[in-house]
Amino acid sequence: MVRVSGAAAGAALEALGGWRKPARQARLARISGADGRVIDDALTLFFAAPHSATGEDVAEFHIHGGGAVIAAVLGALGRQPGLRPAGPGEFTRRAFENGKFDLTQAEAVADLIDAETETQRRQAVRQLDGELGRLYAGWAERLERLLAHAEAGLDFSDEDLPANLEADFGNQILALQREIADHLDDGERGERLRAGYYVAIIGAPNVGKSTLLNRLARRDAAIVAATGGTTRDVIEVHLDIGGFPVVVADTAGLGVASGAVEAEGVRRARARAGAADLTLAVFDAGTWPTEDVETAALVDERTIRVWNKLDLAPAAFAADGVLVSALNGVGLDRLEEALRDRVAAEAPAVAGAPLLTRQRHRQALESCAGTLERALEARAELRAEDLRLALRSLARITGRVDVEDLLDTIFADFCIGK
Amino acid sequence: MKTLSASEAAARPFDVIVVGGGHAGCEAAAAAARTGAETLLVTHRLDTIGEMSCNPAIGGIGKGHLVREIDALGGVMGEAADAAGIQFRLLNRSKGPAVQGPRAQTDRKLYRAAVQAHLAGQSGLEVCAAAVEDLRVEAGRVTGVILGDARHVRAAAVVLTTGTFLRGLIHIGEKQIPAGRHGEAASSGLSATLEGAGFVLRRLKTGTPPRIDGRTVDWDRVVVQNGDDDPIFFSSLTERAIIRQIPCHITETNEASHRVIRENLHKSPLYSGRISGSGPRYCPSIEDKVVRFADRSRHQIFLEPEGLDDPTIYPNGISTSLPEDVQAAFVATIPGLERARILRPGYAIEYDHVDPRELGTTLESRRLPGLYLAGQINGTTGYEEAAGQGLMAGLNAALNRAGGEAVLDRADGYIGVLIDDLVTKGVTEPYRMFTSRAEFRLSLRADNADRRLTPLGRDWGCIGARRAAWFERRSEALARARGLLDTLSASPNTVRQQAGLNAAADGRRRLAAEWLTYPEATVAGLAAVWPELDNVDPATAKWLEADARYASYLARQEADIEAFRRDEALLLPADLDYAVIGGLSAEVRAKLTGHRPRTLGAAARISGVTPAALTALLGHVRSRERPRPVA
Repeated sequence: MVRVSGAAAGAALEALGGWRKPARQARLARISGADGRVIDDALTLFFAAPHSATGEDVAEFHIHGGGAVIAAVLGALGRQPGLRPAGPGEFTRRAFENGKFDLTQAEAVADLIDAETETQRRQAVRQLDGELGRLYAGWAERLERLLAHAEAGLDFSDEDLPANLEADFGNQILALQREIADHLDDGERGERLRAGYYVAIIGAPNVGKSTLLNRLARRDAAIVAATGGTTRDVIEVHLDIGGFPVVVADTAGLGVASGAVEAEGVRRARARAGAADLTLAVFDAGTWPTEDVETAALVDERTIRVWNKLDLAPAAFAADGVLVSALNGVGLDRLEEALRDRVAAEAPAVAGAPLLTRQRHRQALESCAGTLERALEARAELRAEDLRLALRSLARITGRVDVEDLLDTIFADFCIGK
Repeated sequence: MKTLSASEAAARPFDVIVVGGGHAGCEAAAAAARTGAETLLVTHRLDTIGEMSCNPAIGGIGKGHLVREIDALGGVMGEAADAAGIQFRLLNRSKGPAVQGPRAQTDRKLYRAAVQAHLAGQSGLEVCAAAVEDLRVEAGRVTGVILGDARHVRAAAVVLTTGTFLRGLIHIGEKQIPAGRHGEAASSGLSATLEGAGFVLRRLKTGTPPRIDGRTVDWDRVVVQNGDDDPIFFSSLTERAIIRQIPCHITETNEASHRVIRENLHKSPLYSGRISGSGPRYCPSIEDKVVRFADRSRHQIFLEPEGLDDPTIYPNGISTSLPEDVQAAFVATIPGLERARILRPGYAIEYDHVDPRELGTTLESRRLPGLYLAGQINGTTGYEEAAGQGLMAGLNAALNRAGGEAVLDRADGYIGVLIDDLVTKGVTEPYRMFTSRAEFRLSLRADNADRRLTPLGRDWGCIGARRAAWFERRSEALARARGLLDTLSASPNTVRQQAGLNAAADGRRRLAAEWLTYPEATVAGLAAVWPELDNVDPATAKWLEADARYASYLARQEADIEAFRRDEALLLPADLDYAVIGGLSAEVRAKLTGHRPRTLGAAARISGVTPAALTALLGHVRSRERPRPVA
């Protein structure tokens, strides 16, 4: 369940396709994002202030629990004006402020928040332990030093500072901004931080893609949600592979399109393949050594070749990839193993942290990169202000930076003092 | 002002007694008296009231902001510095108004004279030359002071501004001299009193450079630094520089100086372990600079004149506690100072200070109600920091009689930042103001100090009629000009052609206020489009331009300020018993008990206080407000 509290809750609910009225009654709503893409069919509820858990207007989305669905809803909400991820214990805090608790509850709730904060802390530590953590910490360190030097230029301009102190600021800010922006965008795979590890199954019509998807879904059991696209061109299944949330999408066959609808389906299939972290390119083993050219054209280093219909494979069959029979499940173990290896190797960077944490991180990084971009053009004290705000965004992931930390850096780097 | 003998002072009760005649003490006494309180200033010597014990300059970046705020509240420092200013420079002139800091070199004697003249003209203020040895305490409340001759002087409140005098100890090489500052005796009685009352005293240290005879300086070998052609003054009521303006000079140390210092480091009490107090990171001694920045081959020295008719030079940048002969040896290596005569050696001074977390935001001590502390006794350094606290302590000591208080928060001004930092976080080194300490820096400009604080000062009764009238006039002019900007409008074409703005041709008419936010826009420039703007006076135009420069950032900052004030509005009762609140870890409980934050916001600024702890705190306080229903 995703909950929104505050004055903008009602507007956000309606923007995603829910209704304010009648209040306090669950309604089935087709939730979609700003791009019109359907995210989920969810139960939504609206509680008008003060008759809600927090005492403010509250909107609730009871969605299918899938990681990617939650991520998509959070992403769509994050783009609504006036909305941001709640801080630790913030709902409870607001409930308190609006007089929703008495003393006996207060102590229990404090314990609860403690537990909640501890979980979040552990989650954050888990994520920040890894490569990603080092990356973020590195950025925070660079940003802190940049800010310290910018502040030195303001507070100690009458001191004997190095003449070239600010000469390289622009380049340093730009470099940092680009790194963060690239990290968020990562080429065409712009949504991967948000949507989880994305696998697209591509191939010619009738090569067995849907059967393969069903087979993977059944065997991996942990189906969390299946959503149909508006034109039924892409079916997504949410799996838990080796502990990581993975979205596997079946796409329209890459054959010659016979009509406008099919042509659109093929276009989307290609787009999905391009945006995926991994593609499973399915070929017909019966036609070996001939490959479907449309599919082969999409094969790259992010591809696992899957030769389906092993029972039809010629005796001389010898090709790169995994030979399976989607229909009766032969060879699926090998495919799963290959998949698991790839996911384990790549997913931590993409989908390692719990969804909510990742969503927070994404927003923090977006805000950081956006503010850095503004800093590039800003005049001295406004540049410092932007660097402060950028660091404050990043600090939501890496921890608070106190003014004393900045002063430490300033006094360590420069000989200040008359 | 009348000068009272000790027996005259002891003969009648006062509303407020201020102990100490430094910058904190003078502001405290003057502010208390301005509100109508019967005030007595007690200090060792009347002739050193308003003395600048360190360098002969006022203001700077952050510090200049403080002086402007003191002035906006009717204080002494701005007017005195303007009257004694012999060189005015606006620092960060090339940067935006939020970080521009007015600074002045001042004539030490004229400054002291200006302060003394200001106090002499203050009605309701008496002074008395005496040593204060002890506090009068009745029923746990301070009710006056006890003088060195054992006489009691009664008052409803006492403000202590003892500077470096509490167990002051001067170090020059291996010599140690108990003193409050050069040539003046230290106080030890009050230290003992405070310790007896349970205050924890800690040691801090600061230093001064050797003073040099300007007649022995080779002025051809040093670089000239001139003041601004159009000086920016501290006081809004000052119109022009009163006395002759003179240039300053700059020289620097070199490898030879550093060698002398390095070879004699073992003779410095800083390195021999004789000094235990911590010194400021931003004001290191020359010994520290040479050791910590060993790769630097030179350090700047500002040769600051002490006065128009005083040959003494204050060489800012070489504070030291090395022995006199070593000081002489390294000074002689400095260009221009080869033959310079040292008038008085530099020294380091250690002194006691009180942990300012003992105080509330009114600067009243929790341990001894009726006792207010301001200035270096709270662990700060600098004239401006002392004066800002002194003013607020004096106001609060006076207003407290009628149950009132005067508190500035972090969004009101630098004085608010200063006091909140002190009482919330405490100090680990002498505290100095920097603009980077102010999270709402863009809102807290030196130029808008009056707009921020004078209305508050008016409510507290601490600004005079002349300032009130001035402020009224300026506010009306500002409102009129802003009214014009918010009604006049023009198309991009018009402003591009007539005012030369780099406006995108989107055809959208915008208000003059919006066009003014363009980087190249000025009120005078826009008058080409709207001739009625010609009537806006230059001072008002500067305000409007500064507001416009930050308009897009200020919208966000205002939201931050609102959130900050929401938390500040949640008062935590002074008698809150943290032991009975569930859901607090032992560590958080200890921190809260030690700091006793006044508001939920202040609690949040204490490091290690978690969101969960804040919630528990909030829940507990809320439930106290609302009695639980009887079952």
